[in-house]
Amino acid sequence: MAIEIDGKSFETDEEGYLVNLNEWIPAVAEAMAKEDDLALTDEHWDIINFLREYYEEYQIAPAVRVLTKAVGKKMGKEKGNSKYLYALFPYGPGKQACRFAGLPKPTGCI
Amino acid sequence: MAKADFETPELHEYVDVPAVTEGTMAHLSPFVAKPDHNTDLNFPPQLVEDWHARALDKLDDLRSRYRGLQVYLDSCVKCGSCTDKCHYFLGTKDPKNMPVGRQDLLRKVYRRYFTFAGKYFPKLVGAEDLTRDTLDEWYSYYHQCSQCRRCSVFCPYGIDTAEISMAAREILDSIGYGQKYCNEIIAKLNKIGNNLGLPGPALQDTLEGLEEDVEDDTGVAVKYPLDQKGADILLVTPSADFFAEPHVDGLIGYGKVFHEAGVSWTLSSYASEAANFGMFIGSYENMRRVSLRIRKAALDLGVKRIVFGECGHAWRVAYSFLNTLAGPFDFLDPDYPVPQHILEFTWDQIQKGNLKFDKSANDDKVLTFHDSCNVARATRMGNKPGGQFEIPRNVIKAVCNNYVDMHHETIGERTFCCGGGGGLLTDDLMEIRVKGALPRMTALRNAMEEEGVTHMAAICAICKSQFTKVLPYYGMDMDQIVSVHQLVSDAIILTGQDDDEDGEESENEGEA
Repeated sequence: MAIEIDGKSFETDEEGYLVNLNEWIPAVAEAMAKEDDLALTDEHWDIINFLREYYEEYQIAPAVRVLTKAVGKKMGKEKGNSKYLYALFPYGPGKQACRFAGLPKPTGCI
Repeated sequence: MAKADFETPELHEYVDVPAVTEGTMAHLSPFVAKPDHNTDLNFPPQLVEDWHARALDKLDDLRSRYRGLQVYLDSCVKCGSCTDKCHYFLGTKDPKNMPVGRQDLLRKVYRRYFTFAGKYFPKLVGAEDLTRDTLDEWYSYYHQCSQCRRCSVFCPYGIDTAEISMAAREILDSIGYGQKYCNEIIAKLNKIGNNLGLPGPALQDTLEGLEEDVEDDTGVAVKYPLDQKGADILLVTPSADFFAEPHVDGLIGYGKVFHEAGVSWTLSSYASEAANFGMFIGSYENMRRVSLRIRKAALDLGVKRIVFGECGHAWRVAYSFLNTLAGPFDFLDPDYPVPQHILEFTWDQIQKGNLKFDKSANDDKVLTFHDSCNVARATRMGNKPGGQFEIPRNVIKAVCNNYVDMHHETIGERTFCCGGGGGLLTDDLMEIRVKGALPRMTALRNAMEEEGVTHMAAICAICKSQFTKVLPYYGMDMDQIVSVHQLVSDAIILTGQDDDEDGEESENEGEA
């Protein structure tokens, strides 16, 4: 599978995750969101950017609580919870948002 | 991402035994493991050319190694007792999801090649050749079994379908036809120490975040130590406890209990996983390799006790197999169970009067408890039969005022699987996960309507994640599933805790 953007092909795995993390560009997230019938807003981008920064440092997506805390600090306490994140990413911040951000799929009992 | 296209079953007052409909789930198979994940587990990278001979060799090997398997393959008398006991059959109508139907997929091949009657009169005894199609059928239907063992409770011969499904997966792995979800995860655990692939620094950061949160909430500096040499207790818990909700709320609870009990404890970054998917794939060698990490961590850290967090199949491996897989544990303190379950620990502390609770903290909830299959049917807690049912309920009742059980045929040793156990907790199997949750969802909704239940507590990372995902399919809320130690955490009164919690909160809100 692959995503085509302006003539360039971005390979994805069978679950739709980017195979080569370094290839990621914002248009990849836009294209994936479109496929999921989502339009990315600034709120989405705040999450996606945070995920990418965290991954850069720790080589793993942040735990849900780490993410909600960071969101709460930055955007106000009322948004620092998973309800808010699920409203943005209905299929779950851990999986859908990570996919948009070009991160590998979190695995395990989650 | 392709969305699964299927209908969620409707909930009725009872789960009717459906009319059999052939092949309703024949289309469903999980993603196949990648070559590097297979080789890391010492399996061939992909389907080998001589799969026929090697599959039969493996079956022969397994039936000689595991006497139970041989008995299970021989002893079914087709009495029909198991036919309506599997949640996957009840949710899908597919006769190959009846326990006997599932067993027969392997049994017919066993008969053909390893029994006198099957060799010479195959048609008379339901024996069939092993073909390429058989492999695909095995791959599909042995990944529609959560190895929950409910059927074995009702089988007059005690035939354990889980053993058969594990054996079938081991045969498939041995010829290079393994499942992506399980094999990728075991490979990750071997490399990094846990199923998530959470490296030490990220784990440290996550735990420090929890310490901050708990101190903000309570004013008490509860520690969540990592790799602390000389601690008394090594806590081995599913890595989902670090990562997901409501799991992490349970982890917070374990830490508070240890804190109030005044014991020293630590997590290990090397063995930062209780789960052992080696069991799901029926691989003794992989199960042992995963278990040995726990032994090494316990030795390296010099602990005296090992306590397991809320994880269903991990407790089966720990309770039933750990000593033979990774023992002897003669270096641990013999005055305590080796290993011990966190609920045994907490219940013991409650009985000793070491923990104080404000039960009204959980008055916004009416609780029920989902017995996790592996805990219910493959383990025990405490020193009495049935302790695995009583102790979790005792702990919940010690911290909550409102508790009721679901229908008696759906709890205790007859508990229904959450629908996501045994290596099925993956998005590519969402259809079987949702359909298999039907009996549990029915029992829960009845308890909600008849008894006013609002929340269901569980002690298994898989159950918690599965319910979070499937509850909304049935029109319920994802946060109706809670960790048992989350309830403990919310009710426990820590020594020196801020009384003025409201003041504390409004102050924080002011800042935000």
